[in-house]
Amino acid sequence: MTWKLFSLLLEASLMTIFVSTVSILLGLVMAIILSGLRMSGNRVAYAGAGVFISFFRGVPLLVQLLLIFNLLPVIGITLPSLATAIIGLSLCTAAYQAENLRGGFEGVAPGLIESAEMAGFTKVQSFIWIRTPIALRVTFPALVNEAILILKASSLVSVVGLIELTKMAQNLSASTYQPLPIFASAGLIYLAINLVVAWIGRRAENALPGLPSR
Amino acid sequence: MSFDFAVILAKLPQILSGLGVTILIWIAGTLAAAVLGFVIATLRRFGGRPVDVLLQLPIEVLRGTPFLVQIFLLYFGGPYIGLRLDPWVAGLLGISIYGAAYYAEIFRAGYQSVPPGHVEAAECVGLTRNQIITAILLPEMALLVMPPSINMAVILLKETALLSLITVPEMTMTVQAIGSQQYAFVEALVILALVYWALVELANWLGRLAERNLSKLSA
Repeated sequence: MTWKLFSLLLEASLMTIFVSTVSILLGLVMAIILSGLRMSGNRVAYAGAGVFISFFRGVPLLVQLLLIFNLLPVIGITLPSLATAIIGLSLCTAAYQAENLRGGFEGVAPGLIESAEMAGFTKVQSFIWIRTPIALRVTFPALVNEAILILKASSLVSVVGLIELTKMAQNLSASTYQPLPIFASAGLIYLAINLVVAWIGRRAENALPGLPSR
Repeated sequence: MSFDFAVILAKLPQILSGLGVTILIWIAGTLAAAVLGFVIATLRRFGGRPVDVLLQLPIEVLRGTPFLVQIFLLYFGGPYIGLRLDPWVAGLLGISIYGAAYYAEIFRAGYQSVPPGHVEAAECVGLTRNQIITAILLPEMALLVMPPSINMAVILLKETALLSLITVPEMTMTVQAIGSQQYAFVEALVILALVYWALVELANWLGRLAERNLSKLSA
């Protein structure tokens, strides 16, 4: 295990961080939309969001990625592996984040929504400006947790051909016959990234404004 | 473009055998993980500060690294230190060790949830440590550890799909092989996804049932 190999792993970990960050943020936006659909009072929207969440939480991410990777070309969509990876990861994390957000949305005091409506907010406006910020604040620790889960899950996007940390480790271990130090190093890099994310999460949690009192 | 699911469903016996391997590894791995996790949490609770700190390190490492990297390390790296494992064994071992780290945390939270006064009272009336664990701590924390334990079991079910990457002939590997034999890869993956979906929903349903019965029991 030379410094050269390790630096290649470090370089590949930038791709891991990039894919994970983009997927988490896209997933968060989708999760908010899913939550909105679930609370819209429209039965079809409610059922559709429910099926989406159940499916993407119920199927292993590996199978989802393989399905997306193989299905898209068949229906005439060819995308680079980076895009495929981001689509797969963000759809999956959207379902998990929607489930996390649910508790947050349920916890919003009804009085707040009523006063927003009294002040002339439409349903959509009070969803965007009142409920969503509060739900996001309440469930922030779950978001940090999900970020760590997605960082680890991003190791699976190697199956759609994207060269990130795990794929790089696989390639290097095949070409150097040193799987032990290489996979151990890859593991340590994941661990380091996750410790940093957890630390940032704790700092941010403290820095964020306090929760509204009931 | 047309999809032909019949060519996949014609291989039903093979799919079922893969499903059997998945369920077997899942159940055995989850049980082993839960027992190992309980042992670790118990050692941390009663073993004194050095043991507690010493056991925290592997837990953090296992929880902070991807399961995929762990099984690659075990299966491809193992032979270099004389640990040559069958895919089966490596997979089962991998699931058990990975799951144990999470179960150890679940049981740790369970131990912490029991008021110290209850343990002290049990000590005062002369209960031994084993009696305190089985008669006081376990029943008191059962209700609390049940939901995360079931959740973890479902997560482990989905993680077993990764064992296809170290050539364990479980459902994902089997169905993918059928898909490439029959030139019907997408169809195979759709069926695979549906089976997992059904399995996970079934596990969730059984879990809710178990939770309800447990809370009735303790009410």
